[in-house]
Amino acid sequence: MKSFLYVLSALAVLGLAFWAYRENYETQASLREVRKLQNEIAGLRESLTIQRAEWAYLNRPDRLRDLATINFDKLGLLPLSPEQFGHPQEVAYPSLALPGITQTFDVQGQTEEPLP
Amino acid sequence: MIRTPLRPLARILSARQKGENPDVIERENLAKRNEGLRDKARRRAEARLLFLGLAFVMVFGTISLRMGVMAATDPVEPTSAATGAEIVAQRADITDRNGRVLATNMVTHALYAQPKIMVDPAGVAAKLATIFPDLDAATLERRFTDGRSFMWIKRVLSPEQVQQVHDIGDPGLLFGPREVRLYPNGRLAAHVLGGASFGAEGVDSAEVIGTAGVEKMMDDRLRDPAQAGTPLALSLDLTVQATVQEVLGTGMSMMNAKGAAAILMDVNTGEVLAMVSLPDFDPNDRPNLPTEGDPSDSPLFNRGVQGVYELGSTFKIFAAAQAMELGLMNPETMVDADAPMRWGRHLIKEFKNKNYGPLLSVTDVIVKSSNVGTAHIALQIGGVRQQAFFRSLGLFDATPIELIESAKAKPLIPARWPDIVTITASYGHGMSASPLHLAAAYATIANGGIKVSPTILRRTEPMTGPRILSEDVAQASVDMLRQVVTRGTASMGEVPGYAVAGKTGTADKPRPTGGYFDDKVINTFAAVFPANDPQYVLTVTLDEPVETSGSEPRRTAGWTSVPVAAEIIRRTAPLLGLRPQVETLPLDGLTAVHN
Repeated sequence: MKSFLYVLSALAVLGLAFWAYRENYETQASLREVRKLQNEIAGLRESLTIQRAEWAYLNRPDRLRDLATINFDKLGLLPLSPEQFGHPQEVAYPSLALPGITQTFDVQGQTEEPLP
Repeated sequence: MIRTPLRPLARILSARQKGENPDVIERENLAKRNEGLRDKARRRAEARLLFLGLAFVMVFGTISLRMGVMAATDPVEPTSAATGAEIVAQRADITDRNGRVLATNMVTHALYAQPKIMVDPAGVAAKLATIFPDLDAATLERRFTDGRSFMWIKRVLSPEQVQQVHDIGDPGLLFGPREVRLYPNGRLAAHVLGGASFGAEGVDSAEVIGTAGVEKMMDDRLRDPAQAGTPLALSLDLTVQATVQEVLGTGMSMMNAKGAAAILMDVNTGEVLAMVSLPDFDPNDRPNLPTEGDPSDSPLFNRGVQGVYELGSTFKIFAAAQAMELGLMNPETMVDADAPMRWGRHLIKEFKNKNYGPLLSVTDVIVKSSNVGTAHIALQIGGVRQQAFFRSLGLFDATPIELIESAKAKPLIPARWPDIVTITASYGHGMSASPLHLAAAYATIANGGIKVSPTILRRTEPMTGPRILSEDVAQASVDMLRQVVTRGTASMGEVPGYAVAGKTGTADKPRPTGGYFDDKVINTFAAVFPANDPQYVLTVTLDEPVETSGSEPRRTAGWTSVPVAAEIIRRTAPLLGLRPQVETLPLDGLTAVHN
């Protein structure tokens, strides 16, 4: 019985050692992965700030103003002026729902020529 | 355990036969047994002590070993800890009130050389000189070969330049990462933002520190690592700022002025929505401070904050408001306005030596901008009370705005305050203040009498400063200012729908040698709109303008600053969401009906 316990504990030690060995390498691999991800995050953040700066640069008001002037014939954009404020009464309301169809006609037949 | 008997039978019997006392044997054995027990106990205690000692040695040994390791190795960031808390940027962004970027950071590189490991110094110098036209190949080569082991070549490179330098492919050319400040809107709000430059520089990084404006004033906040992720929101509105800059620039060239400043302020919160000073500069490439000439002519000079000018007749409303607040007068009270007025050896005259007198109502003093009338109002108030009122409006101290330049731009106040200063100060001469002072003082009148301390940072709650004017007096003052536009000196300031109220001011520029120029003026228009529910204050200041459309050049604010201000209001008020109050004709009674 005693020797069986000895063998069992020796096996347990061997097993635990093997487990610890593998855990160690897995941890190191995970840490490497984390480092890689963090570098990636830092890189992405960096490009994000550059994209934001570029967005702000491309949307700077004087550039937009110039673009609106150049493309006036296509866009028809003018600076906002007080005359552009409207009144609710000027808003065209959508027409009310059409009355339901009460009389129906059966239409049959053929056009003489196929429609273009 | 086998117990040794204390009285072994064999020995007892033999002792009895010999006639000896058997108890001796028992005592002998007892003593022996006790001795054995004692030895055993000591051994055990010794072993325990040893074990305990070893345990202590191991524990302290482990701790000291760990301490030694920690002390001897370089600090390492805990890589396995959760991310998110680390520093995102070296310096926080600056945005406008709606979160649009005004200043941000860009990662780029600095270029340095280690000539000792350079393969081909002459070739490198020649190639660098083609990439950077400002570098000289001969100088570079000389410095590469004079035995030094390190030298900086360029502080900031664009990504394209980095690639070009990389393509040279010499191991002696090395890059250090740099975070540089970028102002994507260029010249827009340049004076507010100021600029940034490098502080302490190393190969791997460099400090970015603010050099002027809000960048310098808020340097600690912007560099605080805990707040690096939250942008600093300014009170400026990018669109409004761009519009004011555009209109003011056009106005400045039309009026042939050499400089201009405009400030648009929210009267309830004291937030500056737009602050433009022309000529301006690009904060990405901030020019150096001028070494000669008048510093106020430099583009770096913020006329809105640093420029202290005699602001002229715009001050007259303060005298009228104070007289009403003290109960001395009401808008209809008639005051002496018989020009010219003699005070001691001074002669107070009106514009073009007119005479609006003999009597004018307080309202008409403001509407016609009568110097003599204002002088009489001020004399009734008295110098002491006038000074106290100016001080309470903030006209005697530097403005508390968060720009580094403001602290040094103190108003110029005469040391003594005799009656003649009371008179001249009442119509804005003899003391100088900045357009920002004027805007804050007008905001106080416009918001119903609460003192306004201007700010460039976004603020959400209205001012809770002390009350300086009662609401009735403030409203009466705004009504007077409104009449200046409807029937007075600022008739060009009328913007349909926005009920502009305001006061013009034309002040002769003082000569550096004493006295005043005849043909150089500072024209100011301080406007409040809309007059029935004041929301915004706009001050427009033009430096040496002259309007030349007529037969003779005109230099009064009514002809120069006022039309520029009117155009600014016409363009910015819709952007601020102000609806024009126009009498709209009722449209045809066309409504959706059911049949």
